[in-house]
Amino acid sequence: MLLDIVILSLLILAALWTTMTRSLLRSAIGLASVSAALTIIMFRLRSPVAAVFELSVCSGFISVLFVTAISLTNPLTRSEIMERMKDRLNRFWYLPLIVAAAGLALSLMNVEIFLRLPPAEAERDVRNVLWNMRQLDLLGHIILLILGSFGVAVLFKKQRDK
Amino acid sequence: MTLETLIRFWPFFISVVMLFIIGLYCMLVTYNTIRVLIGIELLIKAATLLIIIAGYITNHLALTQSLVITMIVIEVIFITVAMGIVMGIFAHNKGSLDVRDTRNLKG
Repeated sequence: MLLDIVILSLLILAALWTTMTRSLLRSAIGLASVSAALTIIMFRLRSPVAAVFELSVCSGFISVLFVTAISLTNPLTRSEIMERMKDRLNRFWYLPLIVAAAGLALSLMNVEIFLRLPPAEAERDVRNVLWNMRQLDLLGHIILLILGSFGVAVLFKKQRDK
Repeated sequence: MTLETLIRFWPFFISVVMLFIIGLYCMLVTYNTIRVLIGIELLIKAATLLIIIAGYITNHLALTQSLVITMIVIEVIFITVAMGIVMGIFAHNKGSLDVRDTRNLKG
């Protein structure tokens, strides 16, 4: 349990760093750290398949996408950064206070929830669920992938010569 | 949900709420389009963590894992297309990622 709390604290700290750091590149690295921490939590909560997906896709591929997009855009100059810093501090200094207050309030709350949960059914294996029970989801995955590639092709198409 | 379960998983629930607040705050406060996407990513991470906890508590691990895999696929497609739109905004606004410079859809 202590290890879980340590990993959760690291996750929150990484998320705070992601949001508050000036550099977009550091933000992307922070996001990858959040994904890595989430992966460890998933492994500890007995969800290894989802954890592997999270690590390879979210921590790997999406970080590469973010870094590529940041590299393709112009970074700000130092004077521009300093100019925006004043405004930025005014906008962001509330965040740690709000997060700490929400965490404190929730940890002090004494909530009793009695939910009537359904019994665990026959879905023991994630492969069985994905390939046999929820085939419509797979169809949705395929359609989404085709639509995504079509969307990117439309967005990056060459301008016609006038 | 018994009280013991709730007490055991209370830190997880607190983390979900804190992650959600961080993502929402990031989206609301920033003017940079890439940072808005990072905020959305944080919100999706909070939702993913909540689903995984729900699956662990209710012992529906396989179902929640397949749901998370579906979520990850949607997330990837969404981020890829959104990055394309961001690059389009960057090219159209003459090198600016500031949402305040995107005036074509206003009014």
